[in-house]
Amino acid sequence: MIKTDILIIGAGPTGLFAVFEAGLLKLKCHLIDALPQPGGQCSEIYPKKPIYDIPGFPEVLAGDLITNLMEQIKPFEPGFTLGERAQTIDKQEDGSFIVTTNKGTKHHAPVVVIAGGLGSFEPRKPPIANIKDYEDKGVAYIIREPEVYRDKKVVIAGGGDSALDWAIYLADVASEVSLVHRRKDFRGALDSVEKVEELSKIGKINLITDAEVTDLKGIEALESVVITHKTSASEKEIKETDYFIPLFGLSPKLGPIADWGLEIEKNAIKVDNAYDYQTNIPGIYAIGDVNTYPGKLKLILCGFHEAAIMCQSAYQRIFPDKKYVMKYTTVSGVSGFDGSKKEAKKEVVKSIN
Amino acid sequence: MTFDLEYLLEDMSDIKITIIDREGEAHMVDAPTDMNMNLMEVVRSYELAPEGTIGICGGMAMCASCQCYILNFGHMLPEQSIEEEDMLDQAFFVEDNSRLSCQIPITEELDGLEVKLAPEAP
Repeated sequence: MIKTDILIIGAGPTGLFAVFEAGLLKLKCHLIDALPQPGGQCSEIYPKKPIYDIPGFPEVLAGDLITNLMEQIKPFEPGFTLGERAQTIDKQEDGSFIVTTNKGTKHHAPVVVIAGGLGSFEPRKPPIANIKDYEDKGVAYIIREPEVYRDKKVVIAGGGDSALDWAIYLADVASEVSLVHRRKDFRGALDSVEKVEELSKIGKINLITDAEVTDLKGIEALESVVITHKTSASEKEIKETDYFIPLFGLSPKLGPIADWGLEIEKNAIKVDNAYDYQTNIPGIYAIGDVNTYPGKLKLILCGFHEAAIMCQSAYQRIFPDKKYVMKYTTVSGVSGFDGSKKEAKKEVVKSIN
Repeated sequence: MTFDLEYLLEDMSDIKITIIDREGEAHMVDAPTDMNMNLMEVVRSYELAPEGTIGICGGMAMCASCQCYILNFGHMLPEQSIEEEDMLDQAFFVEDNSRLSCQIPITEELDGLEVKLAPEAP
């Protein structure tokens, strides 16, 4: 069981900055994120894109902003549970919460802060009517254990890096690999595209372009896919296969949080913006892009503001009897949990005689 | 008088766009040409698709949640960037007239534009 003062769900810029604000109040934080690295959208969707509206930064790349935030919060030694999605929340008798991830990791904290942005990133599922019937029965959206495919027939769909990379990898493992893509152009890294082309020429990858998998067949489990060709007046081809792996990237979904009994409006969590960004469940806060209130702006800078306000309220919840006076970092410096201390240089006082 | 004139001038910078929502209902809306808006933002400002189901990436051509079908004026739109092409490449329900509405700035030439929102990706 991981124990902390503030459990933050979502390690995007807002969640990361909350660690700093909490640290100033001597509160420890632990973050959960479904992605394997911190940074949320900034790292996953647009690390190389510039942001121009972070106060004090005329221009900063999203990836650099995350690097800076990680540096800024380092003294407060945040814990991370990465690559796992917060699944369930259980309120304890003492008012604290236990949050369990999809992999069973348990976290215990008196305060839970949802900074989940657009939600957790999950694989995009192609709109094939019966695809759900074959999930885990031949259809997989993520390759976890490549050995599963040894000496099996595999159909991969998609035109991006992961489709190309896995087609290349599985060419040596599976008995047959087909790569189905809607166009002739592939978006992936040039060497991957060239490698697929090469493997296709020697018959190790069965490349099917200008085509889409449009239907799945099989009685108990997947037995074949129906491939519709674009060019030849929607000609259909039935291809026998053991596995169908559609790889169309990730898209964010609010996910299990939507079932936590929180008040949801417009795919976002309603909070009290007149005070502390608390949700309808006392002790659970929502900050950043994941929340909504009248006049809400989905801006990183607003998430930062909400993080600071939330921490004051969280402090009062954790220490109802203590009085806290807000201090400026310029005056008091920043004392890390790691023993580090940053402070403004003292002026040298020397009299001139 | 001054106010009336200003109002008139302001009004003239609006164009009419018909947007068919995901339920099939057509909405004729006013879209300003002088506010640096794109078509996705117009759809959102009139709440013609639920928040969180359109313009998820904020208009960077990095998700395809604002995909729409262009029903007329296709030739008058700016050409697709590589980013837009790539994104449509991984999207679903893509047709020949598919575009990402976030990549279509509202300009005076588009007065009378008709578009249909693509279904929400599953």
